[in-house]
Amino acid sequence: MSKAKIRIPTPLRSFTGGSDEVEIDGADVRAALRHLGEKHGGLLPRILDAEGGLRPFVNLYVSGKNIRALNGLDTEVKDGDVLSIVPAVAGGVF
Amino acid sequence: MRHAILDGVGGTPLIELTDDTLPRGVRLFAKLESVNPGGSIKDRPVSRMITQALEAGKFEGGRRLLDSSSGNAGIAYAMLGAALGVPVTIVVPGNASRERQERIRAHGAELILTDPIEGYDFALREARRLGIERADRYWHCDQYGNENNWRAHYEGTGVEILEQVRARTGGAPDCFVGGVGTGGTITGTGRRLREENPGVRIVSVIPDVFPGIEGLKPLGDPHDIVPAILDESLIDDRVDVTMEDAIRICHRLARRGLFVGPSSGAYVHVALQQAMSGRYPVVVTLLNDTGERYVSTEMWR
Repeated sequence: MSKAKIRIPTPLRSFTGGSDEVEIDGADVRAALRHLGEKHGGLLPRILDAEGGLRPFVNLYVSGKNIRALNGLDTEVKDGDVLSIVPAVAGGVF
Repeated sequence: MRHAILDGVGGTPLIELTDDTLPRGVRLFAKLESVNPGGSIKDRPVSRMITQALEAGKFEGGRRLLDSSSGNAGIAYAMLGAALGVPVTIVVPGNASRERQERIRAHGAELILTDPIEGYDFALREARRLGIERADRYWHCDQYGNENNWRAHYEGTGVEILEQVRARTGGAPDCFVGGVGTGGTITGTGRRLREENPGVRIVSVIPDVFPGIEGLKPLGDPHDIVPAILDESLIDDRVDVTMEDAIRICHRLARRGLFVGPSSGAYVHVALQQAMSGRYPVVVTLLNDTGERYVSTEMWR
């Protein structure tokens, strides 16, 4: 079990009581997300689809690396890692 | 001197989206904005804002055009700035896709990247801050508050829709589906269409808060920045769309030869719903940008 932090993007902070960072435990990204979901209800359906995979246009980074380029949700989480949830597009403006 | 690239902006085709399931007598049309020289509808407001600023002498003394963008406006500013000799600085969130960032740089524009976690409004506030604190270096174009943004759609997009729909159907649109990013499109186009037909139904697409749809604001959170040029009184109805709904339509459109991005998919998803209701004989919407801009998001896989 590793202790890590997960950074929360602005649109999801309504689920975390306004916090921009949440402490989580988990040996891999899947376990870390499960822990995040237990702490803050309603958050996981924004990130994962019904089958438990990452939703399209959602990217997860572990200490700066996109998990899609690593082992996906099985990517290992080490003590002190910082996870970030980042939408694939910059949001924005027409 | 007017640069030739400006003449390529606007005058886009109106495509009829036929579908066997549409009620009898109902027709659905969409303006193909991806054929603008910069690949998106943003060429319209940006060309007007930049030429008006140039005429007003805003860039004298080497002052740079500054604005925030998530991509399409940034590309339009960079491209038209390069063509017209206007130096450009764009503030974008760091998660703007690589193809966008590289295109903006390729035109010689300066990019300022903000923290992706803080979202788009943070980039907007950063542009505002720089525009005030470094007024010697930057002129903040401010697409959210610039009247030339909605006017480009009032005199361009809206007029074109009226002319093209009249030529095809003999009448004016009964329903227009758009969305809010800066508010320029729905305010300018909506105003023009309503002047022609006061009964026109104007519908705004509302994306999920997360993951959102590039270019569209959900406008549900009290902390969201509401664009100054948006005239909310024009909007009759707001309809929710998810990213999955939008992508599904993008794939359907691609099979018909129309390669467009997620906001176009979202618009067509809602436009189809309005058409299926049978209440509006002529429904019009927009195909905002090219799908090539989203290859790195894996939406086409």
